[in-house]
Amino acid sequence: MTAFASELSSAPEPEEPIGDENEALPPGIGPYALAWRRLRRNKVAMFFGGLFLLVVVLCLLAPVYSHHVAHIGYANQDYGTISIGGKQVPILSDHDIPIGPTWNIHHFFLGADDLGRDVAVRLLYGGRASLEIGVVGMLITMVFGTICGLLAGYFRGWIDNLISRINDIIWAYPAVLLGITIGMVLNVRGLGPFKSTTLMSTALVVGFVYIPYVTRPVRAQVMMLREREFIDAARQQGMRPIRIMFSEILPNLSSTIIVFIPLMLANAIILEAALTYLGAGVKSPNASWGTMLQSGLQDFPAGFHNVLIPGLTLVITVMSVNIFGDGLRDALDPRSKVRGIAGGN
Amino acid sequence: MSRFVVRRLLTMVLLLFAISAVTFLLFIVALPGGNPAGQIAGRLATPAEIHLISVRYGFDKPIYIQYLKTMGNIFTGTAYSYSQGFNVLSEIETGLPKTLSLAFGAGFFWLFASIVLGTLAAIHQGKYLDRVLTVLSMVGVSMPPFFLGALLIYYVGYKVGLIPIGGYVPLTQNPAAWFWHLLAPWFTLSVLFIGFYSRVLRGSILDVSNEDYVRTARAKGLSERRVLIRHILRTSLLPIISLWGLDMAQVIGGGAILTETVYNLHGVGQLAANSIGNFDTVTLMSIVMLTAIAVVVMNALIDIFYAVLDPRIRL
Amino acid sequence: MTETSTSTTGAPAAGETPLLDVDDLKVAFATEDGMVRAVDGVSFTVRQGEVVAIVGESGSGKSVTGMTLMGLTRGPNARIQGSAKLNGQELLTASNNDLRKIRGNRIAMIFQDPISSLNPVYRIGNQIVEQIRTHNPNISKNDAMEQAIDLLARVGIPRPRDRARAYPHEFSGGMRQRVMIAMALSCSPELLIADEPTTALDVTIQAQILEEIRGLREQTNAGIILITHDLAVVADIADRVVVMYSGRVVEQTTLDDVFYDPQHPYTWGLLGSITRVDRDRRTRLPAIPGQPPSLLAPPAGCHFRARCPFAFDRCAEVPPLTSHLPEAPDHLDRCWLDVERKRAVRNVDGEIALLNAKG
Repeated sequence: MTAFASELSSAPEPEEPIGDENEALPPGIGPYALAWRRLRRNKVAMFFGGLFLLVVVLCLLAPVYSHHVAHIGYANQDYGTISIGGKQVPILSDHDIPIGPTWNIHHFFLGADDLGRDVAVRLLYGGRASLEIGVVGMLITMVFGTICGLLAGYFRGWIDNLISRINDIIWAYPAVLLGITIGMVLNVRGLGPFKSTTLMSTALVVGFVYIPYVTRPVRAQVMMLREREFIDAARQQGMRPIRIMFSEILPNLSSTIIVFIPLMLANAIILEAALTYLGAGVKSPNASWGTMLQSGLQDFPAGFHNVLIPGLTLVITVMSVNIFGDGLRDALDPRSKVRGIAGGN
Repeated sequence: MSRFVVRRLLTMVLLLFAISAVTFLLFIVALPGGNPAGQIAGRLATPAEIHLISVRYGFDKPIYIQYLKTMGNIFTGTAYSYSQGFNVLSEIETGLPKTLSLAFGAGFFWLFASIVLGTLAAIHQGKYLDRVLTVLSMVGVSMPPFFLGALLIYYVGYKVGLIPIGGYVPLTQNPAAWFWHLLAPWFTLSVLFIGFYSRVLRGSILDVSNEDYVRTARAKGLSERRVLIRHILRTSLLPIISLWGLDMAQVIGGGAILTETVYNLHGVGQLAANSIGNFDTVTLMSIVMLTAIAVVVMNALIDIFYAVLDPRIRL
Repeated sequence: MTETSTSTTGAPAAGETPLLDVDDLKVAFATEDGMVRAVDGVSFTVRQGEVVAIVGESGSGKSVTGMTLMGLTRGPNARIQGSAKLNGQELLTASNNDLRKIRGNRIAMIFQDPISSLNPVYRIGNQIVEQIRTHNPNISKNDAMEQAIDLLARVGIPRPRDRARAYPHEFSGGMRQRVMIAMALSCSPELLIADEPTTALDVTIQAQILEEIRGLREQTNAGIILITHDLAVVADIADRVVVMYSGRVVEQTTLDDVFYDPQHPYTWGLLGSITRVDRDRRTRLPAIPGQPPSLLAPPAGCHFRARCPFAFDRCAEVPPLTSHLPEAPDHLDRCWLDVERKRAVRNVDGEIALLNAKG
């Protein structure tokens, strides 16, 4: 008995907080770190994310490559000839058919276009434009969409009514038709700095059209968050609404927002190509993948590489963004059993 | 229930007014920037024509008169396109059968294909088939229709000669040729939607499978097939059906503009595309507005349909 | 404590096959963080007409046990071992087809949250009819509906013919649970598993539902497994109690013994934390301090060790589930402590509670 009593005295002090029983997980791993870990394990998503980065880097290096090509060989590249396998071949044939890919990294790696220009160089420069428009457009969509969603969801009442009605109106028009309309207006009239000569007007169009796509889910989520106790607590403390929205609600929206970013980027890039193809987007002398596709299709079926190459590049880029975005969504949403391409296990 | 329907229809009507007003503002006020009559009359206009247009559209009158007259012109079929030389409404009517053929053919195909592929992907979740289908749908979603169309026309039409290189043959003239010419456009238009819909359905099925009432259904001893069809699909198909309705409205109104243009089908969409280069505001305005109207009406119909299907909504 | 009509030892008499015989059931799930051992060697029996309560907190494995008996935990990530026999038929390895015939027919289950457990878009009469016709394909729709209406009447739903045409959201919580019970009874099951049937309901409705369930036992002589975290719920209705903690059974005996002679410190903690009308309201509600261990990497030895005020070095070794009372060979517990010691330390201010978990 006494032995037992002495053992009892060495038993753990019950008053002490019973420590960390969950020794499997390191303590305090935040949701973002967890998501990042999950994302890293998704090999397919990481691969395509890397692929997208590669495209971006290559496009940014456009001037470097252009410089390289210009320094090799011949003086006049337009309507001249180059030597392929020992033979002199005109870059533009008699029927104005441009040569296809030579697979020679030094010149006309991917062939020439209908004006005798190096397709690979144009692809990279065009990519810069398309990506720029895509990113800026996405930013416009995300920023305005989030703000509108926040305001509508938090304040409710007439603000919500107003924003939601405007949303409904914008959303009633099909994206391409709305893009054409606003694109035409901007091309003709301009809006302050957004003249038709800049890429930014196309970016504005492309960004604007998708704002309701983001506003709606953000609003829904803000309305849900608003009812939570921590918002009441903040209001009790006397926090001003703006402060509540930005420091309390916005961080909770971040997974939703993060997931939308690649999606909106993909949408923007595709819409730019579509609008440009129809003549309501990027216009000469600016070049983008859209303009390359448009001029390539004009010569159809001659010089099909001028359609195939920018098209494939566009598809690969957008696909990479989409797949990565899908993996991102899986990583951020732990309770969802919907596994991405690579899945777990 | 009827109160709900009335409310919903009322909202729809208000929205329609708003859309007509916004479209009017964009095309008659914003775009021409002060000279709407000249804009409509086109480059080769005579002063007499410009005056005629001014009167017909009321450009010398206050703006609400302009609005009413413009709407009147559009809906009574008197709007005339000077830049392209035709009566807008009759031109739209000419293009409508082509657009409808494209839209419904593609629409039913992509709906069916999406349901099959989405369900398969969900059932075999995580396994090889699911991953393959996911990659394919990613490709589909990333592919602009005009590029896919170009690829098909070039490789399957031009090089191999298996399909016609675009163009449209009326159904009444030659059903076989009609079908043959539409095969590639149907496929092209569908790919984009299949990619998106099958993913949505897959996600929807997986979400619904975790619901408690699905667990109850299994606990009752129902066969897996019955659980899938009567309990899971019933609920998870709803978002797909509503999306389908909306997208169909868009496509019919000219949302298939890219596919029609690349295949040269001369439908409503291509009409809109041609109007861009010609700066034909009247035609474009008509098409844009009609499409938006179709979408809003379809939206209202779908909401009502949902209320019929889901008894909880009939508040 | 009401008198139970079964024998006090609770174990099946020699030669009598129990309705349900669970032997060393183990269920683990593979997750991206590792293997979660939800159920770690659970054995118990249920006889005809007997109510066995499985009591434990969330994460104890009680729900997983119940669902595994129905085969609802089967999946690519689940590892199930052991044996569970329903009248001699093995459930754990039964084919999907056999399992389908058993579910809803020989074993029925009612769940915790009746609002989400009923399909919102179908009328409840049709949902009951669906179950009837699954197991009896030859019955006509009208006959099946008549049966459904009878069942609704049996569980105390007023105007059953009208109510059968109603949708789930048109019922109150208590009524919905009665509907679930009606549905569960539709094919006269031999075993009913009720998973936290009253947790989502008001206390007042709780009593009614328990009354329903007790009535079931009288009427049908089915075996009932009642899964709950609330010992108070158990008091009125159970014949035997199985206490689970962190995937293991820690005590298993008759109802009386659990309340009057509990042998495991966790059980003392549960008893001590029951809210009581006769207790001084100014003292704090006792709770067992600490958290249950992670099922991913459970500590070696007794799972309750870290929260037990009486743990000593022997506890580093898993205590076996055996009886330490010669006079009650079917009263099993999983604790190294000496019986005399237990009876002494569990008495805190005249009541049974866990030392230092009180106030």
